[in-house]
Amino acid sequence: MMTPLRTLRDKVFPDHWSFLLGEIALWSFVVLLVTGAFLTFFFDPSMEQMTYQGSYTPLRGVEMSRAYASVLDISFEVRGGLLIRQMHHWAALLFIASIALHLLRVFFTGAFRAPRRFNWIVGVALFWLALLQGYTGYMKLDDALSGTGLRVAHALMLSIPVIGSWLASNVFGGEFPGTVIIGRLYLLHLVVPLAMLGLIAAHLFLALRQRPAQWTGPGRTRRNLVGQRYFPRHALRQGGFFLLVSAVIAAMGGLFQINPVWLYGPYQSAVVGAASQPAWYLLFLEGSLRLFPAWEIRFAGYTIPPYFWAGVVFPGLLVMLMLGLPLLDARLRRDRGVHHLLQRPRDVPVRTGLGAAVVAFLLVLTLAGVSDVLASTFQLSVDAVTWAGRVGLVIAPPVVYWLTHRIALGLQQHDRQVLANGVETGIIVRRPDGGYQEIHQPLGPAALDYRGTPVPKKLNRLGPPGPALRGFFTPIEQPAAPPDHRPR
Amino acid sequence: MATPTGFEEVGTPSRQDGVEIVRYQPRFQPGSRSERRARRIVRSLFGVSGAAAAGSVVAYLTVPSESATPVLGAAVALTLGTFGVALISWSKLLLPLELAVEQRRAAPTKPPGLRRLTRRPLLTGGLALGVVSLGIPFAARLLRNPHTPTDDRVPLSPSEYTGWHPALNDNQPIRLVREDGRPIRPADVSVGGMVTAFPGIPGGASNRYADSPTMLIRLRPEEAARLRENLYELNRDSMAGDFVAYSKICTHVGCPASLYEQQTNRLLCPCHQSQFLVTDNARPVFGPATRSLAMLPIAVDGDGYFVATSDFKVPVGPSYWER
Repeated sequence: MMTPLRTLRDKVFPDHWSFLLGEIALWSFVVLLVTGAFLTFFFDPSMEQMTYQGSYTPLRGVEMSRAYASVLDISFEVRGGLLIRQMHHWAALLFIASIALHLLRVFFTGAFRAPRRFNWIVGVALFWLALLQGYTGYMKLDDALSGTGLRVAHALMLSIPVIGSWLASNVFGGEFPGTVIIGRLYLLHLVVPLAMLGLIAAHLFLALRQRPAQWTGPGRTRRNLVGQRYFPRHALRQGGFFLLVSAVIAAMGGLFQINPVWLYGPYQSAVVGAASQPAWYLLFLEGSLRLFPAWEIRFAGYTIPPYFWAGVVFPGLLVMLMLGLPLLDARLRRDRGVHHLLQRPRDVPVRTGLGAAVVAFLLVLTLAGVSDVLASTFQLSVDAVTWAGRVGLVIAPPVVYWLTHRIALGLQQHDRQVLANGVETGIIVRRPDGGYQEIHQPLGPAALDYRGTPVPKKLNRLGPPGPALRGFFTPIEQPAAPPDHRPR
Repeated sequence: MATPTGFEEVGTPSRQDGVEIVRYQPRFQPGSRSERRARRIVRSLFGVSGAAAAGSVVAYLTVPSESATPVLGAAVALTLGTFGVALISWSKLLLPLELAVEQRRAAPTKPPGLRRLTRRPLLTGGLALGVVSLGIPFAARLLRNPHTPTDDRVPLSPSEYTGWHPALNDNQPIRLVREDGRPIRPADVSVGGMVTAFPGIPGGASNRYADSPTMLIRLRPEEAARLRENLYELNRDSMAGDFVAYSKICTHVGCPASLYEQQTNRLLCPCHQSQFLVTDNARPVFGPATRSLAMLPIAVDGDGYFVATSDFKVPVGPSYWER
């Protein structure tokens, strides 16, 4: 009975909480497909103008596009429609957040190294497609906020040298906003998931074929994989986890309001509210648009506007950097090996520091993306917040790099100290010569070598003061006797 | 050798499909009290989930629509959540503890078919060239040239005019109107006030003329005097008394730059915080914008209403390559 299914059944999966991040992404994608399929029955991607006559009184009699009206109908007329719409939105946010965290996990543990380099590239493609998908998702509702976002996208397309006006005019079918863009966004929003589905299948297939990388630990080598078999334990947990992720999304969709488009009104090119911002995952681009100085290049009748660098070149470079990361890392570290054991971030201080610096850069941009909200919340001048962002963008990455590097080295050193001297007990004794000394609990008969495995830093049950006893009101177990307890 | 982890080997390690089960230990004595307790927990979780599923159906059918979203969301979450917890507790409480070790196989090499294909660069290169050269004429037919006029009344490309172009109104100056189409008189705007004006043509306030929204500002007399001193050559004769009209479309990325701060005479774009000085041709004084907001030449017509004497004299909105 040597079938592929049985081989899958017996595959071994290592267990660690950080391996669940990718799973959250996978399950929220499933929720997105299901809720999205429901929404396609009711969404109308037409930009034809009509007068709203639905049950939401404040907008009754207002001119709006059919697309926006159909979103209002989903929210107010369709039974359970608002729940599904909000679940779809929350699932999208969870999807992107978990992909981002999963990427960081893979980066900081070195799981992108050979032989998983190609799968990293697939993952990066999925990440950017997810961002695109999120963007087209809330742009196609044709509410006031999405129209403003589309206007920005239009300007970014226009800014590209030579082909800009051709690109913008062809994407929008003429001048902004035209009459076709919502339909095209909707088409893209339906087609991109198909591409993502294929990429996810490839991602899982490759991961399954190459087998997951594992943390180092007792009995774990680069040639084996220690964990539990897929069936029944891992499968059962995976099923349970899928249901839990769906449950969290359902609870959020039901209880927490998200993107209440009926409050924003239909898109009108003359209307914008204060605090108009894109979704949080695009705030870093918003921040780069806000912080980039007004440097316009003009020569011989041609212009390169500043937001070309901030809004087109910068994300392009980011994509390139992410795609090229496995090759770059192998080149810089002169690493031609094949790796199946994960690295602790402290053991690769330079890479960890660089990663943290990039994260700091993106975080400063993200904060700059809400500079007006920060300014009004903390009663600061908008100009001061903008300048703080510009300065922070230059200062934060090197500072964060230096700090992370130091912390990683410090942690490494402490691990080695514990392995050499034993666990710190906090017990200070006075020596016969009058000096003071801390007692260490040795980990073994001799000093140990560091092998990339977590080192115990706290006393275990072999030493005082002993672990807390289990039991809620009364102890349900007897305290373990200290091993060296001898009556004097 | 004693195992410190609490696992114990059961029988001899078994091996199949390259997987060795090192430790396998049932959690309970069969039929023991703790086993019954664990079973009870898992069973009751499944029970709760079933009840919540029934509750969700009832809620879908009965709960009035105003409160349907939170009730349905909570019921569905309870159904799925308890089912998920039940599955996970099943694996955590009931299934035997196990530790399995799988031997990795050597890394698979590239499939031979792919290698054979990539070894013929001439073939793939030729194929790509063929596809591209076939595609260019098709693409050229499909592409829209942004520089060709689209409205037969105006002999300009769409990016070169706005809804204020007199050709859209039989070559008559176009009135400044409010969103509902009412024309604007000087007395309608208080000193230091601002009104958003649209071209008084059919659909002038609609998104069809998305580049046309204009801010009509009535300056205090001393500030109007300062602006008159500062006016660019291009903007001479564009003001009407103490009134000035600027394009509302930000020269950064096109948001409506609509926050008018009367005290400092600045216009602020809420999207990216570009600031424009009203008393100096709406020149950008802070933020990422690089160009002044375009000024609309205005006058007061015979009936006492504001009109635009011509279109904007420079393109409004964001910069682009061949601007």
